[in-house]
Formats: sequence, C-alpha cells, structure tokens
Amino acid sequence: MPIKILMPALSPTMEEGTLAKWLVNEGDEIHSGDVIAEIETDKATMEVEAVEEGVLGKILVPGGAENVAINTVIALLLEDGEDASALNDFDVSAPEPILRQAQDEVEGTRPSPVSPPHEPVSQSHPELAASPHPELVSSPHPELVEGEGASRIKASPLAKRLAKEAGLDLASLTGSGPNGRIVKRDIENAPSSLVITTTPAPQAPGSFDLVPLDGMRKVIAARMTESFRDVPHFPLNIDCKLDALLSARKAINEAAADDGIKISVNDFIIRACALALKKAPNANASYTPDGIKLWHDADIAVAVAIDGGLITPVVRQAQHKGLAAISAEVKDLAGRAKARKLMPEEYQGGTFTISNMGMMGIKSFASIINQPQGCIMSVGAGEKRPVVIGNELGIATMMTVTLTCDHRVVDGAIGANFLKYFKAYIENPAMMLL
Amino acid sequence: MSAQPFDLIIIGAGPGGYVAAIRAAQLGLKTAIVEREHLGGVCLNWGCIPTKALLRSAEVFELMENAKSFGLSCTRVDFDLEKVVKRSRDIAGQLSGGVKYLLKKHKVTVIDGTARLERGAKAPKVIVKDKAGKEATYNAAQVILATGARARTIPAAGLAPDGKFIWTAKEAMTPDVMPKSLLVIGSGAIGIEFASFYNALGADVTVVEMMDRVLPVEDVEISGHAQKAFEKAGMNILTSAQVEKVSSGKESITASIKTKDGKMEEIAAERIILAIGIVGNVENLGLEALGVKTDRTHVVVDEYSRTNVPGLYAIGDLTAPPWLAHKASHEGVICVEKIAGKNPHPLRSGNIPGCTYCRPQVASVGLTEAAAKAAGHTVKVGRFPFMGNGKAIALGEAEGLIKTVFDAKTGELLGAHMIGAEVTELIQGYTIARTLETTEAELMETVFPHPTLSEMMHESVLDAYGKVIHV
Repeated sequence: MPIKILMPALSPTMEEGTLAKWLVNEGDEIHSGDVIAEIETDKATMEVEAVEEGVLGKILVPGGAENVAINTVIALLLEDGEDASALNDFDVSAPEPILRQAQDEVEGTRPSPVSPPHEPVSQSHPELAASPHPELVSSPHPELVEGEGASRIKASPLAKRLAKEAGLDLASLTGSGPNGRIVKRDIENAPSSLVITTTPAPQAPGSFDLVPLDGMRKVIAARMTESFRDVPHFPLNIDCKLDALLSARKAINEAAADDGIKISVNDFIIRACALALKKAPNANASYTPDGIKLWHDADIAVAVAIDGGLITPVVRQAQHKGLAAISAEVKDLAGRAKARKLMPEEYQGGTFTISNMGMMGIKSFASIINQPQGCIMSVGAGEKRPVVIGNELGIATMMTVTLTCDHRVVDGAIGANFLKYFKAYIENPAMMLL
Repeated sequence: MSAQPFDLIIIGAGPGGYVAAIRAAQLGLKTAIVEREHLGGVCLNWGCIPTKALLRSAEVFELMENAKSFGLSCTRVDFDLEKVVKRSRDIAGQLSGGVKYLLKKHKVTVIDGTARLERGAKAPKVIVKDKAGKEATYNAAQVILATGARARTIPAAGLAPDGKFIWTAKEAMTPDVMPKSLLVIGSGAIGIEFASFYNALGADVTVVEMMDRVLPVEDVEISGHAQKAFEKAGMNILTSAQVEKVSSGKESITASIKTKDGKMEEIAAERIILAIGIVGNVENLGLEALGVKTDRTHVVVDEYSRTNVPGLYAIGDLTAPPWLAHKASHEGVICVEKIAGKNPHPLRSGNIPGCTYCRPQVASVGLTEAAAKAAGHTVKVGRFPFMGNGKAIALGEAEGLIKTVFDAKTGELLGAHMIGAEVTELIQGYTIARTLETTEAELMETVFPHPTLSEMMHESVLDAYGKVIHV
C-alpha cells in the first residue's frame, strides 16, 4: 500500500503553509532523510525530509500551492515492489490531526475525514451542492451555464486593439456585431465619456496598488492586533549613558580585531538584558491562564527587519554567552533570517525581545509586546546630548530605551527594577565581564 | 389572379431578385417574382457564368497549345467556336433551370412578363404585361426592384450595337464568327475578360482604355502587372486613349482613336466590343410618376435598400456600385430580412471582393494602397510574388503577385490585391479576415496548408511586417 506523505507541521502553531517547491519528481527513488520539498510557512522556508523510503508515485499537491493545511496528503510513496497501479483508487484522505480532533469533539463539530478542518484548498461549498435553483444546471441555453462564456467579452481582434489604443474598456461597450460582438464601428462610435485617460496624467484620486497579503504579513497583522488588543501594556523609559560602553567596545574590537571579532552596541545590549533578567527574574515572565511562567533562561529574541516584514531569531541562554559568542550568533541568525532560511526553533519561543531602531536614527519608541513574552525593549539611537553631570551641564552620549511591559505579569516596579540593572550594566560595561 | 395579395413582389429574377425571393419564402413571406426574360438574369444567362464557361475553354485551349512545357504532346490543337459557345449556352441554360427549380421548391410565384409600378395603397401596385400584351395587376405589402443593368452605349458616337460589327457583352458571348481582329473599348472586368477570351483563341486584340491604366479600379501595381501580362500575351493596349468615332466599312469597322499624346489613330477591326460601363434599368417602370429618387440611371436607397417611396425597395445593379452579382444577392437577403422584422447588418461595401477572370486573374478586397493613403492611413504594405511559391511553379503559373495593405498603427487589413492563377478563389480568405476584423497578428498565426497558392497570402502578410520567409 502506498505511503502517504503528509504536509508537515513545522511549528506548533502552524495550521497551513505553502508547498513552495518539489525537489524530487514522480518516479524518483527516495531514501529516508532525502530532502524532497520546500515548505514556506509564515516566517520561513523549510526543507522537508523523507521519513520513509520508496519511489515517489504521485505528487498530489503541486509546487507553489498555497494554504495547504497540515496533514494534507501531498504525495504518495510507492513501497518496494509496488507499481503505479497501486495508486489507483487509493484513499488520499488525511488522517485526523489528533489534537484538533479532540478539540472539535468538544465543540461537537467533528469534521469528516476527507475535509480536514481549516482546509481552504479543497473546501467544498455545501450551499452550492444543494442549490435551490436546479434549473440553472439543466438550462436549455448552454451559454448560461458556461460560467466563463457568460462573462467573456466578445470583440474582434481589431476592436480589441483599437479599444486598447483609445483607452476604452471593452466591458463598457455594447457590441453591434453578430451575437453582440464588439466590432470596429463600436469603438469608433463610442462616446468620448467612456475613454479612460491613458496619457501619463496624475493618478486619479483614490487609486492604489493592492499588495497581496503573504503569510508573514498575515501573521504580523494577526499577532500584533491580538497583542495590542489583549495585552494591557505600558511603556517605561530610561536614559543610559553610553560613553563607557563605547570606549569598552572600541578597546575590545581593537584588541580582538585579529580574531575577526567585532562587537556591536546591540551585542552589549543583548548581554546586558540577559544579565539583568537574571538579576530581575520577575521580568523574564509569561502570562498563562494557569499562572505566570518565570523562565529560567534568558532567551533573547532580536527583531530583524527582512524583506516583507520582520522576524525575531532567538539567542538562547544568552546569560551564559559572552559578547563574542552572542555577536557571532546574531550575525549568523540575522543573515539566515534575511534569506528566510531560519528553522522554526530558531525564531520561536524567546522569553524577552529587543527591538533596536537606533541605527535608523529613532530616539525612542514603544514596541508592541511579542506574546507570550512579558517585556519587549525598544532601543533608541545613541547620541550626544546635553546632560547635567553633578551640578554642571555637560555632554554625554545617551541612549533612551523603552520597556513595554505586559501588566498582567510585569508591574511598573518589576519593569523599573529590571531597567535599573540594565542601566547599570550598560553604564558599567566591565560588570558584564563577570 | 389580379386580386391575389402578396407579402412581397420582386421585380427581376437576377442574382439579387431570385436570392431575395428564396430568402423571403424561407422567412414565411408570400412571395412573387416577375421576370421578363430568363430566370437568373444577366449574371446567369449573359454575364458571369457563360463568360466563365467561355474563358475555361480558352484556358484549356491555351494549356493544350502549351502542352510541351508540361512534357506532353498535343498535335493539331484546334477549336470549334460553335461548340465552345454551345457549351457556354448549355451551362447557362442548366443553371437557369436550377433557379426555376429553387423558386418552385420555395413556393415562390413566378410571373412572366414586364412589370411597371403604379401608386398603390401601402406599396406601389405591380402591373405585369405578358408576352401576349395582356396586363395584370398584383398587390403586395412590399415591392423590391431588382431590374439590374445593361451595357452602356453611346449611340451619338456610333458606340451602339449595329447588328453586325459592334457587340456588347451579349453579342460577344454568342459570336457569329471568330473575328480575326477585335477592338475592345473599355478595360474594366467585362472588356478585359472578352479581350482575354478572344486573344487566347487567336484574334488580334486591341484594348482601348480612357484611364491611364487597365483595370482602373484595381491597385495601380496590379494594373501594371496586368498590362504587362496582357501585352506579353499579344494584346495591344492603348491607355489614356478615347474612341472618338467609328465608321463601318464592308468587312470591317474603323475606329478613330485619340491617343495618349493627343494624336488621332485609326484602327480597323472586324468587330468591336463595347465595355464602357453599365446603366441601370430604370426606364419604363413608372418610377417618375411615383417620385422615386434616382441618381442618373440608379435608384437611391438607404443601407437597408429602402427607396424614398414607402414599401418600395431596390437592390443590385439598379442601385449604387459596386455592380456585382454577389453584392446584389447580399443586398437582397439583407433587405428581405429587414422587411421580415429581423435585424440584419447593413452591407459594408469595403468588404465586397471583386474578381476579374482574365488571364492572369485579378481579385481584390478593401482599399488600394493609394486609396488607403488618401484616407489618411499610414500603411504597411506586403508583397509576395508567385515566383516564390512552390505550388505556383508546379502549376506552371509562376507569374503574379499578392499585395496586402495594413494600417501601420492598428494592424487592420485595409486591403488585399492579387493577380495570378486562381486568385479569384483565394480572395475570400482576406474577405473573411476583413469581415472578422482580424489584424496582422491573427493572420500571421494562421497556418496555411502546404503546398498551396494560399501560402502566398500568408507570406504577403509576413512581408508587410518584415517577416517574409521565401523571398
């Protein structure tokens, strides 16, 4: 019996994805571990490895198909000794997704096995099948049943060309030729009011380009809306003096240049956050209905702007990593993020997020909570500002950071406590060497 | 009988009238048709068909004379004029009988006699005088005039049939003798076809044309090719020349011709064929009394063939040009369908092809290059010679040209002009293209079968856009 290859779930939250491309063809021999396809989720492109061995009998979901629900049968693998005839009449219905089935039973709407829930690809329309207008189906006028034929505009090739040149929409014209065909004279006789200006005139008011929502944009929209609506958030601002950190950075980079090490301000900030979270563990928290999760590790997510959106690769257990390790890891993660080549575990499950827009000249801003994390830190630009030092007015390089807190887990005092430690590390970078 | 009311009476059973009658009967109209001479009219009896029969004899004769070039031998090639003419008359008779059958099949009442009109209630009354001189009056809700046209003559200049030396098409079709020399006045389709026929059978043919080129309605390039081909075949062609007078002798007739350079030239010939155009048969129909609007010898009609008199229509040669049988038939159908309450499309004169069955044949549709330019089009012109076509060479017909004229901006096929073997059978392809309003793109995408003459039609289009292959 042919083996079903199912649309894999690349992350716990994934419901559907795009089968970007097949890397094998029907008839190819496949060994366990071979990369057979690429799947695009909301945030990344993933390689799918074969689990079983055999010959790829049939591809059921073509490359490029979007919104393929997880556990959809995407291909059939022929086992040793099976030939293509085994594919005939093979039931390709997907096995029930166990978890979801349980939920659905609770809700009393157990779906049929052939149409898994949330599967837009093969979604049927029962209201059409039970059409109350059977006469439409058995119409004596074949042109009425030809859905496309009814909407097709009949026009002579010359009329089409003339209309294009004249800036006329064929749909706005009535044809005077045989069977309502639009012919040359219809274009010539068209009222000038129907002419759509084609000269490079200023764009009509209200005109726009519609960019389709890709997976990433949908996820950003859904998650940000959900967070902003559901999370009672508030910002805390603090200014940090950067001069010591900058000279430390300079010294380190000069000293370690031969080793190819180049630490960024952001690397210091990641390490400072990780260490501050260890000092203020109540800020390293997530709200759950069952209770507040206090994370043991400081898994620092770093927002990386990529083409078409942003993604937050995670530096795991950053409290245990030195500046050089953090620096190397962020470089690697950011590079692969831009190529959309991150594995889901590399961008999911952080405990705290840093969004740094300092390099873009932003002085201060307040990010939206990256659920279920309790805090997100927004880092502004380091800049020379007039400051009061002692009783004197002086100049210092200052950086404003804003901590957005989920008030359900991080109250103002918890946030302030974390920021106190953070500021201390930033202003006394030598402490980070500990 | 005279009280019998018809839905429609058609006067004249030529290709306009009889086709209209059949269509009317199909649409359920009680229809009568009046004919004074032969069913099928001039086309079938004294025009298109019998001349094609004669020209076919001439063509076969020429092929036989030319047998050697095909690797064949044919000794003592000869013709029997009487039998050639009899064949032509038999074919005309056969087809006229066919029209009679068709009219009977469709239950069209055929009234023999000559008709005239009088003021009636809804439409003019039709009074028919039969051969015995008896008159009968017929009433109908609608009347269509389809009385056709006849050869133009100029009696004042002696240019009229004289019973011996001077022929019109009708006499030329039933010659009493094979003239040794022949003067054809007029180089339109009719004149040139007879010139070709008699030239092929050995007559010494001179063609006199008033305009500066033969076949003056055709594209100037086609006219040029035609003249060269005619001269090569042995004809003497005088253009920009005019016959001033003719004088009959005992055995021949002499024409005084004012030539291109203004000099007078005298040409003697055994026979003269008058082919100086046609006049509409508007006389003795009672049109003046009814107040029917005419323009010279033609009735003025609108796009659905309606005259200015309610219930009265006119189609075919009796109306505006082109004076062609297929135009008459189409007008008849459109007119009848309009009468029957249908919604036909008016005829588009630019889509009516014209054919001349001389050797080589000439066919065209749409605008000539000059007319297209005069109408303000920027044109792209394609040409393809018969010399580049395998089938033409295999047929032994390597002379000719297919020319296409496109609007450079829109790709509209403005016109197509052809000269060479069988082009009269090819022109419909471009006519369909024009009717469907195809552009050069669809014509280029069309697959033409190999090996055929039609491939040249494709190549000509390709040439207009710089994509020709076989040149």
